[in-house]
Amino acid sequence: MAKLLPRKDVVIIGFGWTGAILAQELTDAGLDVLAIERGPWRDTATDFNIGYMPDELRYAIRKDLFLQPAQEAMTMRNHVSQTALPMRDYGSFLPGQGVGGAGVHWNGHTWRFWSSDFQLKSHLTERYGAGRLAGLQVEDWGVTYNEMESAYDRFEYLCGISGKAGNLKGKIQPGGNPFEDPRQREYPLPPMKMSYAPTMFAEATKGIGLHPFPTPSANLSESYVNPLGIAMGQCTYCGFCERFGCANYSKASAQTTILPVLMRKSNFEVRTECEVLKIDLDASGKKAKGVTYVDTSGVEWKQPADIVLVCAYALMNVRMLLLSGIGKPYNPKSGQGTIGRNYCYQTNAGARVYFDDKNFNPFIAAGALGQTVDDFNGDAFDHSALDFVGGAGINCIPTNGRPIGNRPTPPGTPRWGAEWKKATAQTYKSSFAFSSQGSSYAAQGNYLDLDPTYKDRFGRPLLRMTFDFPDNDIRMSHYVSDQMEKIAKALNPKQSTVGRLKKDWNSVPYQSTHNTGGAIMGADPTRSAVNRYLQSWDVSNVFVIGASAFPQNAGKNPTGTVGALAFWAADAIRNLYLRSPGPLVQA
Amino acid sequence: MRNSPTLAFSRRRFLASAAALPILAFHSSAMARSISGALPWEPLAGEPPAPVNPLGWKFFTPEEAATIEAIVTRFIPADDLSPNGKDAGCAVFIDRQLAGSYGAGSRLYMEGPFRPGLPTQGYQGSLTPAGRYREALRALNDYVRKQNGNKNFVQLSGEEQDAVLKGMEEGHIDLKLAGGLNTKAFFELLLQNTMEGFFADPVYGGNRDMVSWKMLGFPGARYDYRDFIDKHNQPYPLGPVGIVSGSADWASKG
Repeated sequence: MAKLLPRKDVVIIGFGWTGAILAQELTDAGLDVLAIERGPWRDTATDFNIGYMPDELRYAIRKDLFLQPAQEAMTMRNHVSQTALPMRDYGSFLPGQGVGGAGVHWNGHTWRFWSSDFQLKSHLTERYGAGRLAGLQVEDWGVTYNEMESAYDRFEYLCGISGKAGNLKGKIQPGGNPFEDPRQREYPLPPMKMSYAPTMFAEATKGIGLHPFPTPSANLSESYVNPLGIAMGQCTYCGFCERFGCANYSKASAQTTILPVLMRKSNFEVRTECEVLKIDLDASGKKAKGVTYVDTSGVEWKQPADIVLVCAYALMNVRMLLLSGIGKPYNPKSGQGTIGRNYCYQTNAGARVYFDDKNFNPFIAAGALGQTVDDFNGDAFDHSALDFVGGAGINCIPTNGRPIGNRPTPPGTPRWGAEWKKATAQTYKSSFAFSSQGSSYAAQGNYLDLDPTYKDRFGRPLLRMTFDFPDNDIRMSHYVSDQMEKIAKALNPKQSTVGRLKKDWNSVPYQSTHNTGGAIMGADPTRSAVNRYLQSWDVSNVFVIGASAFPQNAGKNPTGTVGALAFWAADAIRNLYLRSPGPLVQA
Repeated sequence: MRNSPTLAFSRRRFLASAAALPILAFHSSAMARSISGALPWEPLAGEPPAPVNPLGWKFFTPEEAATIEAIVTRFIPADDLSPNGKDAGCAVFIDRQLAGSYGAGSRLYMEGPFRPGLPTQGYQGSLTPAGRYREALRALNDYVRKQNGNKNFVQLSGEEQDAVLKGMEEGHIDLKLAGGLNTKAFFELLLQNTMEGFFADPVYGGNRDMVSWKMLGFPGARYDYRDFIDKHNQPYPLGPVGIVSGSADWASKG
């Protein structure tokens, strides 16, 4: 029998970026907030120590900071006709765990989605006709870019994002991204200093009429004090960013931007190494009573709360709803049901250019230090004569020169032996990569549900992922690979390679930890799990916050939008829900 | 490694839970913590890895060790760029990895049923990484002995060893492995682990004297390049440092 604990105003499941933002906002509103996190407490000086953090084997290869499949695995298959089997190790994506979540070990690319992304279905239908969306299940978000603008601004100023505005109040700014929608003010910090490879990339792309700009970065170009009064340091370009915690206080995370203030509040508590088993509903099934969780000694506790915020990773948010019986599970055959619907990913391809006489010092790098061209992203270009919708950002962001993972050789080189070694030594400093990061649009057969066979250590079903790249997205990616060929040529290398994405998504090689959807936001309760305020349509005191709410994914990293959604939902709870608890939108 | 179950209840955890308002601390084995009203600070919290002592074998049998030493030497031969894989410590590195939490597969999901999978589903057998090595090295020497008049792998010439490795890599040689393991996948594991040993921080027993980092010009754990970020297309002047061993120059001066 689970033991009953005293009630809290708010219980938060998962203590990463969104959990920390919601906790900060709702404790400011005077609420008594408890966060429950299944991973350990982690902080910069004690856990991301400069003396041993630059250890590629431990953190990048053995994945020391990530969720272990032994704790929670998932099963996968490409099509409903196949039998899903567990990913016995995570490969294609690497979910985080522990205080700070995946925000500890991200690279820091911090984007805003565009107006056309938020109203994707109506925008594309209006511009190209409904027939163009055949085979896709794209949706509008139920919010607009203009509504989200101030939430983006707050996340960027919380983090100290380094970048150059491309559109200030409707006026296009030289040096920024001319395709972005209007922002009300500049980024809090100027762009980072550029290393050699992105500098060359910018010159070459400009030379063929494209519009390169510095990638907006959560690695800080200068020291910074954020609006909470928390000081952060200048990035040292160490090249140990993604998969690592930052030892310099120069990558934005819950640890570096929120926790020094939040943790001192008497109306906030975090319980670490406690795993929520389910959200408990009352007899009507319309109201959450709180959560049941288990601590590391195996004891179960019931934590009553007036509001339950689901702030785990996108995929775990969906699983928590399914395990708790909230909402109707999605059925891929009928297209009915909402939980697990519109699971999307990211559609990527890589390119590399090889030179004889250049030295790029690849180890002088940062997770988000680079240049992007958005000329072929989203709907920045006319698709009238093309056979797809969507697009990709083309990024030259050489994040590191860590040699276990980053030791390219020209095509045709053997993978071992004397010839391999000679080519490795010659190529290490004299080549660089760039890549396309493409949109991922929903299709009826791509979804999440509970696996019928495989269980976790508590006997609960694992999440089952059914996914393959839709044909539309493959065509999009190939079109962008064609553009990358032109960029490679403009760089005038000795040799180059440009990848072309294939069907049959493979769960083994790393691709992207940008899993989105499954508990999407929207205006129609039959096609979305949460309303425009991220409030469950089915259980009004449950809010589900994160990339799980994206109806489809854009050709951009999701964290900027995830952070903005956290502020957006916090505002809705503070300004609307607390005044009048109950559904904020009538179904 | 910090995730090893035997280290799960460390002194650090005990101090931490004792210091932090332990509403759950009446369960003596509880690691779960409640933290409120303060940003926790823990003395002596850092857990750098312990440097590997290169003497002896912790996992491999003598025959396995000799086979691995021969293989890593074919993968990484000695030349003017670096010493060979054996002298760089790659076999010792793999041995220590297999003897530890990596070899035991402590992070992997190892619940059944074990069913043959699609290529996109990854390895679906029941063997841990240590188990895969034990099975495959046995099968490799059985295969080589059968093909070569009872000579085992280390008794083959270098060219003959290369031919066997290439056959495994390209899928011409099937060692008929148990545990849902296929020969090509084991080859990939072997190559990956060898390269990990050659290029990882020397604290793990490979990359002795930072030989691979010197070969590439990778400065290791220097951590601050602000002075050099805008010096484009210029050679970085400083040699490598490791997380525990410091500079290779200091090490060679004893």
